This record gives sequence, C-alpha cells and structure tokens, in this order.
Amino acid sequence: MTFRRLWAVARKEALQLRRDTRSLALAFALPALLLLLFGYAITLDVRNLDLAVLDQSRSAASRRLVESFVASGYFRVTAWLPRSVDAGAAIAGGEAQVVLTIPPGFERDLTSGSPAPIQLLLDGSDANTATIAQNYAEVIAARFAPEQRPGTGLPVQAQTRVWYNENLESRNTIVPGLIAVIMSIIAAMLTALTIAREWERGTMEQLAATPVRRTEVVFGKLLPYVAIGIIDVIGAVIAGRLVFGVPLRGSLVLLAVLTLCFLIAALSWGMFVSAALKSQLLATQVAMLTTYLPALLLSGFIFSIAAMPLVLRLVTLIVPARYYVVITRGIFLKDVGLTVLWPEALALVAFAAGALGLALRSFKKQLA
Amino acid sequence: MSGRVLRVRELARKELTQLLRDVRTRMLIFVAPIIQLLLFGYAVRTDVPNTALWVVDHDRSVESRALIDAFTTTGYFENVGSSDRSSDLADALDAGRAVVGLEIPVGFARTLERREAAGVQLLVDGSQSNTATVALGYAVRIVSAFGRARAPAGIAVGTLDLRTRAWFNPTLESRIYNVPGVIALLILLMCLTLTALAIVREREFGTLDQLMVTPLRPGEFLLGKTVPVAVIALVDLAVISLVAIAWFDIPFRGSAFVLLPAGILFIVTGIALGLLISSVSRTQQEAFMTMFLVLLPSIILSGFFYPVGSMPLLFQWVTELNPVRHFLVVVRVVFLKGEGIATLWPHVGALTVIAAATMGAALWRLGRIGAGAR
Repeated sequence: MTFRRLWAVARKEALQLRRDTRSLALAFALPALLLLLFGYAITLDVRNLDLAVLDQSRSAASRRLVESFVASGYFRVTAWLPRSVDAGAAIAGGEAQVVLTIPPGFERDLTSGSPAPIQLLLDGSDANTATIAQNYAEVIAARFAPEQRPGTGLPVQAQTRVWYNENLESRNTIVPGLIAVIMSIIAAMLTALTIAREWERGTMEQLAATPVRRTEVVFGKLLPYVAIGIIDVIGAVIAGRLVFGVPLRGSLVLLAVLTLCFLIAALSWGMFVSAALKSQLLATQVAMLTTYLPALLLSGFIFSIAAMPLVLRLVTLIVPARYYVVITRGIFLKDVGLTVLWPEALALVAFAAGALGLALRSFKKQLA
Repeated sequence: MSGRVLRVRELARKELTQLLRDVRTRMLIFVAPIIQLLLFGYAVRTDVPNTALWVVDHDRSVESRALIDAFTTTGYFENVGSSDRSSDLADALDAGRAVVGLEIPVGFARTLERREAAGVQLLVDGSQSNTATVALGYAVRIVSAFGRARAPAGIAVGTLDLRTRAWFNPTLESRIYNVPGVIALLILLMCLTLTALAIVREREFGTLDQLMVTPLRPGEFLLGKTVPVAVIALVDLAVISLVAIAWFDIPFRGSAFVLLPAGILFIVTGIALGLLISSVSRTQQEAFMTMFLVLLPSIILSGFFYPVGSMPLLFQWVTELNPVRHFLVVVRVVFLKGEGIATLWPHVGALTVIAAATMGAALWRLGRIGAGAR
C-alpha cells in the first residue's frame, strides 16, 4: 500500500463528490435539517393535553384539584362538561384526550379522610400520549391529598432528585443521541453507493486496469466520507452546545476519538454492503435497514432497550449505535470517562475493525 | 386505442419482471416491510417495564425490605443491585447500570413506628428524559401507596383514589397504536423508492433513449412505470394490514372501504412525489439523497413518534401539508376507533387535495422535461 496511490483514489473520490453538488450539499443540509426538526419541532414531553372536566362536586376542593392539574403544565382545560353529560362522549368526539370526573361527595370524602374517588378517562387510541397522561395524573393525585391537609400527610415521603439532566429536558436526551443517527444516514446515503456505482457504471473495469490495490481503494474511498462525517459531527456538537444549550461536560478528546471509531465502523459497513451487493438500489435499502433503522429504533436513542423483548435486546448487542449513544450521553451529560465507558469503547473499536475487514474482504478487484 | 392499452401493459409487465426477477429485490419488496413491522411492533414502547433499580438500604429493617418489595413486585422495577454505600449508587448511575436509585435512611422503620414522616431518597438518571419521567412517576406512586397502607389507624389521611379507564385500548399497549402507523411509513417508502428509481435508472443507464424511439407516448410511459408500483404498494398495504391483525392482534374496527380509498390516494401521492424526485435527479445517488430530504421531515412531522399536539404552533401548521400525517390519522382511526367517513372527511379531503396537487406538479415538471428533450 503506498500513500501516493491511496491519496490519488481519495482525490478522485473527493473530486467526484465535489462535482456532485447536490450530494455534497445534502450531506451537510440533512444533518442541519434533522437537528432543526429534533431540536425545535420535537419534544418527547407531552404538554398541554386537552382536559375536559366533569365537576359534579362543585366545591372549593374540586376547584383546587383542577387547578393543580392545570398548574402542572401538562394539562389545559378545554371544556367544562355539564353535569348530565356522558364523559365518554367527549373522548369519542375527539373534544378531549382526558376527562376528569369529580363525583358529588368529593370534598366530604377528602375532609373525612376516607379515600375520595375521582375518575380519569383516557383516549387510549393514542396509547403513547395516554400512558404519559395517566402517569402525570397519578403523580398529581398522589401529591394532592397530603398538600390539602398539612400535618396529616402520608407517613412516607419520597424526595426525588434527577441527575445529569435536572429539568428532564428531552432536548438534552435527543441531541447527543441524534449524532449517531446522522452518522448512520451519511453511511447509508454516501458510502453505500460508492462501489455499487462503479459496478453499475462499468468504471470498475477501469479501476481494475490501474495498479491500485484494494486496500488503497477502500481506504482512499473512505477518506473523503470520513472528512464529511467529521465536519457534520463538529457542526452538530457546536449547534447542540450553542444553539440548543445541551451541556458538554466530559472530555472532547475522548468524544473525538470514539466518534472516529463509530464513523469508521458505520462508513465501512456501508462500503461492505455496497461492494457485496453491487447495486445502488439494493445497497442503499440494505444500508438503511441495517444502519439507519437500528440507530433510530434499537440504539436506546429514543426507545428504552430495557423495555424490549429478549430477542430484540440480544439484537441490540450487534448495533454499534447502541454503544455510541451510551458514549455520547456519558460524555455530554454525565461527565464520565474511559474508566466507565471502556466496554462501549472496546465494542466500537471491535466494530470498526470488523467492518473495515469485511469491506476489504468483500471488495474484489478482479471482475467476476 | 387497443394499441395504447397494449403498450402500457407491455411496459408494466417489463417493469414488474425487472423488479421481481431478482431474488434480492423481491426480498426487499416483500420481506423488508415485514422486518420493519416487527421492529416497530416490538422495539417502540413508551411504557417502561423492568427499569433498573439500585437500592441503598441503610436501615435493613422489615419495613425497608417491605418498601423494596413494593418496588419490585409491581413489575415496573427490577432490582439490579444493592449495597450500603451511597457512592456505589452514584457509580451505578454513572455507568448506566441503574436508572433509578432508592436510598433508605437509617432509622426509617423507627421513624415510621413513632408515627413521624419518614423520608426516602429517589435518584433518577435524567439523561434519557422520557424513561426518567415515566419511571419517576411509577416510583412516586409506589412510595405513596406504601405510605397510605402504613398510615396509622385513627388518623385521617386524605387520599385520592384515582380510577383510570382507557377507551379504545384498555391496556394502553403501545403496539396497538404504533403498528397501524407503520403501514403509512412503509407504503410511502416503497412508493418513493420504486417510482423514483424506475425512471432515474433508465436515464442513468441510457435505456431511456431506447424507450424514446419506441412508439410509446409520454403518458403511456408514465402509466407503464407507475402502475406496477401502485400494484406492489397495494399488495404491501394488504400484507402489512393482515400481519398487523393476525400477528399483533391489532383490532380492525372500521371498514376496509374507508381504508382502501384513502390508501389509494396516499399511494398516488407517494408515486407523484417519486415522480417529482425523479424529475429533479439525474443519477440514482441524487435521487436517494433527495428522497431522504423528503422522507425524514415527512416522518418526523407526521405524528408517528411524536404527537402533533406537542409541537410548536408553526410546525403544527406545517404538518397540515404533510400527506403522511393525514393518512396516519385515517389508518389509526379506522383500525382502533372504527369511525367512518363522517369523522374522517377532513383528512380524506386533505389527502385528495394533496394527491391532486402533487400529481399535477409532477406531470407539469415531467411535461417540461419531455418538451425540452424533443
């Protein structure tokens, strides 16, 4: 392997990329768009749920209960239902996502100390929102009664503290994880095409006629994409820090080194798929199925791995993004170093080496 | 007249043959959607069972053990470790071995016995904010239920007895909500990929020129290219719906006669978007990139993962233009609520308008390109 030939392949690939203005523009525009959408449009916190209230008690206590629902910030009262109306109709008609029914004897029950029943009706057709709404309501209800009668509170009190992300902002969760998703997309879009394109266009024969070795081709082709990936990551980190205010507490150097490992793993995998399938259509689709989707669904980026069935949990073990998400969160939010992150770091190094090996092996210069 | 039908049929047959000849493409068209359906069905959950709990029990009393049991018997928490040093808890949270830490102070049982308020400490890893929010809710509820059960007799402790019922999905299973939604994503993906590539590939390989010299007219060319895609998308719609119903036990409460027309409108929109992408792309690579640019925002802003109601107002308006959002509402309502066109007409209407507008734009763009070529 000579550096001169490797450099020549890299230059050729970079030139080709530079002339393909759209691909180049999108390689930078897509991450920016994703950051914008995930940073501004998306929040995992559910706020301002439409609450309809059926207050049959009409007492000071029932009004305070409704107030504590509103004050939580999670609910807004969109309708006060008349006494006679059927609570279910408000859900079925889509007027409200949640209906709170406070029965006539509410205040009496509350002051006498017997459990005061209240009823919550949820629109289960949106199970995600309904689960969260139920959860909020239970917490509000659990805290309401003791607050009404100071001194007679519950005998056990939980003091809660949240670490790493004190206000539980979903942005702080999303932005570090998003970097893994962005890198996977770059891999699926760019490297998955690079060798299949040469096969489809017949330029592979030209390449075969040159004295270039396969290690030189693979490394040379990787280089420009790694450069694009690095620029994207730097952009995402700066935007995350400055625009979205996500804290970056840990070591930048460690983040950079491990990001490079993840980049090499993802991009080499894309190249392996490309060389193995020799078709641009198949290669992007397979790359998307094996990098982007797992990074989105199986990495713990948004959805908790612990909640998955055993088979899927085992599958997540071979998803590099899973380890990378732990690393970015660890470095951004938890300020932990290699002493804690070494298993994940080792896994990433292994993936990078493995994917690179696969790319080298599958890439055969001789024409079949 | 019959010549035209014949030409369209021949081209459609050639397209289908080309698509289905290759085992790998066949897998892609029919197996990949099933894999994705399984992934979404099993991976995407918002309820959080088995949250890893680390316990630091300084008290080691009957009462403290009862509280720990109260955590683990619910099924929401799994006790992954315990120790008597607070620093171990900090390490467990740092390393991600635990998500929630429960610390019970010395004298917990004695304080309870003296009928004074006993405090316990809950520590939560907030780096995964939605898991943390849900787990925190569970924990607070468990602690207050534990306290209520131990309230000394004779002293009135006001409690609220919250009774929850959920309509349409009584067990609040995420799957029942998510799986129908996947149908919309997969069909869009299929329509965009197959349409855009069917045309761009011919252009890239130069076989478009060969087609130009056949007696095929532009309209016939488009029909011949898109009809196979529509057929495949419809088959996918049926297959995915059947898998959702048969495998995932998703109820189908509505009518296929509402789902089918809405599905066709959505497929037409998808094909029109694919045509638009092909009209601005010279190579497959350009087509893929442009596809991503269309696909990602339309999924993120569809309400699939993230409820539209929680978005800022500006983005909520933007979602009105998004066909995926409207089709998602239709799919979910037809599957879960079973309501008909009487409630769904605004969304079906929006889909009609979007389908007509995108198809019009696509034909106009392609017409201009065709005129330029001549």
